Amino acid sequence: MSDVLILGSGLAGYTVAREFRKLAPDASLTLLSADSAAFYSKPMLSNGLAANKTAESLAMKSAEQMATELKAAVRPGSRVEQIDPVRKVVKTASGEYPYGKLVLALGADPFTPPMQGDAVTEVLTVNDLSDYGRFRAALLGKRSVILLGGGLIGCEFANDLVTAGFEVTVIDPMQWPLSRLLPQAAGEFMMRQLETAGITLRLGEQAAAVNRTAVGYQVTLAGGDVLEADLVLSAIGLRPRIALAAAAGIKTARGIVVDRHLQTSDPAIFALGDCAEVEGLVLPFVLPIMNAARALAPTLAGTPTPVRYPAMPVVVKTPACPTVVSPPAIGSAGEWRIEPEDGGIAASFMSEDGALLGFALLGTATARKQALTGALPPVLA
Amino acid sequence: MHKYQCIVCGFIYDEAVGMPEEGIVAGTRWEDIPADWSCPDCGVAKADFDMLQIA
Repeated sequence: MSDVLILGSGLAGYTVAREFRKLAPDASLTLLSADSAAFYSKPMLSNGLAANKTAESLAMKSAEQMATELKAAVRPGSRVEQIDPVRKVVKTASGEYPYGKLVLALGADPFTPPMQGDAVTEVLTVNDLSDYGRFRAALLGKRSVILLGGGLIGCEFANDLVTAGFEVTVIDPMQWPLSRLLPQAAGEFMMRQLETAGITLRLGEQAAAVNRTAVGYQVTLAGGDVLEADLVLSAIGLRPRIALAAAAGIKTARGIVVDRHLQTSDPAIFALGDCAEVEGLVLPFVLPIMNAARALAPTLAGTPTPVRYPAMPVVVKTPACPTVVSPPAIGSAGEWRIEPEDGGIAASFMSEDGALLGFALLGTATARKQALTGALPPVLA
Repeated sequence: MHKYQCIVCGFIYDEAVGMPEEGIVAGTRWEDIPADWSCPDCGVAKADFDMLQIA
C-alpha cells in the first residue's frame, strides 16, 4: 500500500509529490500517469513553436528521473479506470493500487465548440505534451492556421504561430480578445498589437461548421463567410476532469469540490490543480497549483494546513503585446479606470471606496506589475 | 552574462538585464540571486527548481 497515491503527473501531481517528499522522507509515495509521466512546462506548449521546441525538447525529465528524485514509484501508461473509496484502492488495466490517502491531480480536458461539418473531429487541441507533438507534426509543410478562440491560450498560440511564419486567423464571438480578462479599452489595445503583428482577427463571429477541402479545411462562420486554412486549432477553454470522482460518489460541481484543506467529500481523498474547485474557484493557472501543493503537502504529512491564495497575476505570453492580468473577483462592485500611455495601457479595477481589486497591464505598463500586485487583496485570505 | 529559463513556466531571467523592478540590478548573476527568490511568473522558489541555462 502507498501512504500517498497521486493520480496525475502534471505540474499539480509532481509539485505536491515534491513538497510532500520534503516533509515525509520515509513515507511510501506512488504516482500514476495516463501518459509518459515526463515532466514538462505546460505553459510552454503555447509558445514553444517560435522557439523551435519539439515535444522531446520540452520534456525536461523522464519518469525514471522523476522517480529517482522523488524516491517514488512513478507508473507511466497507468490510466485509472475506477476509484473504490470503500476498499481504498484504485483500479487500472494492469492492476489495483491500494492507498492511505489519494490525491486527484487529473487536470482538465479541452473542449471544442459545437459545430457542423465532416471535419469536426479533425480540429486540433493542444493540452499536453503528446498533443503538442501531434500539433508539430501536423504543421509540417503547412502555411495557414485558423484558431478557434481568442482567449489567453488562443492569443498565445496565435502569436507563436505568426512569429513562426504561419498565416493566422483567430475567430472569437466577443468584440475583443481576452474578453473575460480585459476591459474593452485594454482589449482593443491588444487587438491592434496582434493585428500589427500580422494576425487576422474575426471578432464577434462564431464558427458554425468545419469541412474538409481538397487541400485543407474550410470554416463557415455563423454570419455566412467561409475561411480556408491548412489546419484548424481550437483553444476555447478547459473543463475539469470530474468523471472519475463523480463515479466514485465524490461530490463534484464545475470541478471536484474541495474545502480549504483540499479535501473532497471523502476524507481520504484530496484534489488540486485544474480538476479541483476550491471554495467555488476553478483556477487553471500555475500559481494556484503551487499554492495548493504547498498547503496539501503538510496536510498529507499530518499537519492540516488550509490553502491560501495571495493575489496571483497571470502573465499572458504574447510577445506582440506583453500582458499581465489579475482580474477582480467575480461579482466585485467597482469600475475600471483606464490609463493609456506611450506603448501601453494600464487598467485598474477600483472599488467604490478606492481600493484596487484587479488590474490589466499591457505593453510598457507591465512594468507596474510588482507595485500594483502588492496593493491587491488576496484571492483566498 | 547568461540567460536562464524557469523550467515550470518558461520565464526567462537575463543576467544582463536583471529585474530592476524587483530590486535585482542589471548584471546580477543567477548564482547571486538569493535562494528565497521566486519566479515572478509562477512563484516557484529558486531553491526548489533549477533554472535551465539557455544561453
